[in-house]
Amino acid sequence: MPLLEVKSLTVDYRSSRGTVRAVEDVSFSLEKGETLGLAGESGSGKSTLGLSIIRLTPVPGRIVKGQIKIDGTDVLKLSEDRMRVIRGQKVAYIFQDPMTSLNPVKKIGAHFVELMQAHEPNTKKEDALERAKTVLNNLGILTERMNDYPHQFSGGMRQRIMIGLAIALNPVLVIADEPTTALDVIVQAKILDLLESLRKTYGMALILISHDLSIILERCDRIIVMYGSYIVEYADSTELYKNPIHPYTQGLLRSIPNIELADQKLSAIPGSPPNMLNPPKGCRFWPRCENTKIICKSKEPSLVNVGNNHFVRCFSPPEEGAKDIE
Amino acid sequence: MGLRSYIITRIILTIPTLLLLLTAVFVMMRVLPGDPVALHFEKKATPEAMEQMRHLLGLDKPLWAQYADYIGGIVDIGYLLQHGYPNLGKSMQTTTEDVGGQIFSAFPATLELAIYSMIIASVIGILLGVAASKAYNSVWDHLIRGFGIVTYAIPVFFLGIILQLVFGVYLGWFRTGLRISPTVQPPAHITGLYTIDSLLEGNLMKFVESFKSLLLPSLTLGIILSGVFIRLTRTNMLETFRLEFVTAAKARGLKESTVTFGYALRNAFLPILTMMGLQFALLLGGAILTETTFSWPGLGRYIVDRINFRDYTAIQGAVVVFGLFVTLVSLVVDILYAYLDPRIRL
Amino acid sequence: MMEKKEMSETKVKRSILARLLPQLRSLSKRGPSGWMVIVGIVIVAVLVIMTAIAPWIAPRDPNRANVGPLRSPPSLQFPMGTTALGQDMFSRVLLGGSVMLQVSAISVFVCFLVGVPMGLFSSYVGGNLDKAISLVIDAVYAFPGLVIAIAIAAVLGPGVINMALSIAVVYIPSYFRIVRSQVLSIKELTYVEAARSIGAKWYTILLRYVLPNVVPSIVTVLTVNFADAVLTAAGLTFIGLGVSVDIPDWGYDLTKGRELLSSGGWWVITFPGIMIILLALGFTFIGEGLSELLNPKLED
Repeated sequence: MPLLEVKSLTVDYRSSRGTVRAVEDVSFSLEKGETLGLAGESGSGKSTLGLSIIRLTPVPGRIVKGQIKIDGTDVLKLSEDRMRVIRGQKVAYIFQDPMTSLNPVKKIGAHFVELMQAHEPNTKKEDALERAKTVLNNLGILTERMNDYPHQFSGGMRQRIMIGLAIALNPVLVIADEPTTALDVIVQAKILDLLESLRKTYGMALILISHDLSIILERCDRIIVMYGSYIVEYADSTELYKNPIHPYTQGLLRSIPNIELADQKLSAIPGSPPNMLNPPKGCRFWPRCENTKIICKSKEPSLVNVGNNHFVRCFSPPEEGAKDIE
Repeated sequence: MGLRSYIITRIILTIPTLLLLLTAVFVMMRVLPGDPVALHFEKKATPEAMEQMRHLLGLDKPLWAQYADYIGGIVDIGYLLQHGYPNLGKSMQTTTEDVGGQIFSAFPATLELAIYSMIIASVIGILLGVAASKAYNSVWDHLIRGFGIVTYAIPVFFLGIILQLVFGVYLGWFRTGLRISPTVQPPAHITGLYTIDSLLEGNLMKFVESFKSLLLPSLTLGIILSGVFIRLTRTNMLETFRLEFVTAAKARGLKESTVTFGYALRNAFLPILTMMGLQFALLLGGAILTETTFSWPGLGRYIVDRINFRDYTAIQGAVVVFGLFVTLVSLVVDILYAYLDPRIRL
Repeated sequence: MMEKKEMSETKVKRSILARLLPQLRSLSKRGPSGWMVIVGIVIVAVLVIMTAIAPWIAPRDPNRANVGPLRSPPSLQFPMGTTALGQDMFSRVLLGGSVMLQVSAISVFVCFLVGVPMGLFSSYVGGNLDKAISLVIDAVYAFPGLVIAIAIAAVLGPGVINMALSIAVVYIPSYFRIVRSQVLSIKELTYVEAARSIGAKWYTILLRYVLPNVVPSIVTVLTVNFADAVLTAAGLTFIGLGVSVDIPDWGYDLTKGRELLSSGGWWVITFPGIMIILLALGFTFIGEGLSELLNPKLED
């Protein structure tokens, strides 16, 4: 049984200006210990998807349809209390901006104590602090700093604290939403390596959400590419790299600069992301696609299995594009 | 910077503020058009009598000498230690009584009223504000906000009179005009606050009796004041809910109450605290009206009485004391803020 | 932004007015806040008009004693009852708003005229002068408003102008502070720097760049100021620092009505009280609604 199974998940945001469908008909699965990458632009729906898995879709969002099964249990049917038990303990979430994810008026040691006492009510404060020290040590944070406040740490260190809080209770699944976007490149690499080693040590599954496809290609077993609230491509990372079918994926791959090439022209995908209040008719990508056919403008393509566990949502995938990419 | 040095710096900064305050009151009372003595006698006395009073109060001296006397009197520590209150001059009405003494015997009543009103206002305000923020855009939210707006528009004495009418006259539950039931002896004077002193004395009955007298006036003032707190708490909570650390806390599976109070309120609270300090000023103004309504023997009623007697020294002294009190409260609030928000100290 | 630079002063004024009327219509489309503003405007307008035409529609002379039985409850002949002196409450209520409206209007006007230019000037000039003025203003701001008003009114004596002045002093800091905070944030913006770099004079910059941005916040303070002034005026009258006895005034009736309460007469105090509440509410609604419209913080 897969660890995580998502079926036809649809999430809407309702506002006074209209309803925005942020996630549409998303289905995928994740095995124990696997890494899944979720790539897409801002507004593609990936963050909403991540938060929805633990039923924390931000207000005014609502999960309209679908199933989310963690270890066989459909969490959408659980009571809020039972869901709370899962959050933090079974499934952990790492947020994007470390500067704003910690409680500014709580010492970091206290964060851990609170977490442990919330899930294991009989934990004594001293024991909790001891466990916290172990976790933080492994992350490279000096134990003398347990009594410090979040603002006394740098961004990179705060992200490590967040990771510490996420893995402290040995979750089976960690969802990391742009864990390195707010950090500089060197720290980025360190954090990602850290996540990877933790994953291997504890056997956690990881969902890595990022707009940076290069990170995802490097570190994930399978990749979902999202665009305009849909999954447009879903495949193993090596397969995706060798054989990108959807024009958006091809565009993304093409735009990754190659440090080895001397005179490289940076390529970008023309146009801008769709207005989700009023998305284009038919395939959502057609206004930016070089290979549009008539059918693309009127009918929405469905996700099709093209073999090799590779799924694509496209009527007219460009042929030549695959060869241009280094 | 550390908490200690912040406190010291802050206290030092208070001194010029106080000086400014005292000067401002002086300017206001002496420099404004109108001869206080003439107004006091309402032009019904002989010129000699007026001259005599002027001399007695030092009003025939040049302005700078008056100012020196005034400031000198207030900072006269010897006087303060001897009498237990600062030298604020003599009452125009009796010319023998010290204004300082009168004020300081009336002050504890106002202080007690102010404290209880603030407690009621903040408790009502914060609880309703939190409730409204959690029920965002629902009927309850609008009702609570409406309540906040309407209570602000009601003149405090109007509400006081209504409450007095309903609870005091019709239902006969509470008496007015006294800090404690006339059949009961007030507790031994330690702080001047009847409720605290009763507890210190260990006398529960006195506590209950003085509390009963306090209830209506502080409820009146508290309800009127709560509107501001409701609105502020609600807005700050709504803003804080959107902050990522609140979602992050939920993502760690923390209980709803922990998140609401330990994360959201705790962080939204700081501006509320500042507002509490600022509101103290409004409170004192409202206290004057409330005391007049309920005949509560505090500083507010003292001022109103003195106005009727055209006793300008007394009015000036009372205004000074009000100002001193407000400055003190703002100092305490600033220090408390620094204590609660570690970021301020750095 | 480019257009702002090119607009002349008169064009700015004209466009503000031109935008006002259709804006009132569009207010109703802006959701609950818009409705709040409209309701507030209606309430205030009704009360102002009522007070204005009162001399013509009041059935009896409000000051004349013994036009009816003393202390009689509301009846067909006297819809709001009579006072202890036999005066008709209905006429008194119709006319009683004039003092309050005058006092608040004058005090707001004075406040505005003093506070806004002072704020503009002080914050634009900056430096030690600004710091000194701010210190003084903050001291006044922190002070209990009613206490100041009482002290000044006590010294100045009764009368509409005196009441207005004492209230005005209390609220000048509000205008000063809000103008100053806006100016300080706008002052450093690039397009002001650009204007300065092409040699624009300081008063031009103040009038053309800074002022239009400050106007929305001023309007909010203005309405709250009105509401506060009404309540403070009522408070002053309650203490006895109001106007003389021969002018019908809601605040005065509130005070006098209290005496009637002990014998069970509720009508003298209730009707004027409701009027005061309505007036204050009206202004508060306008202020609340406007501040929500102008500062939409909680967009989805």
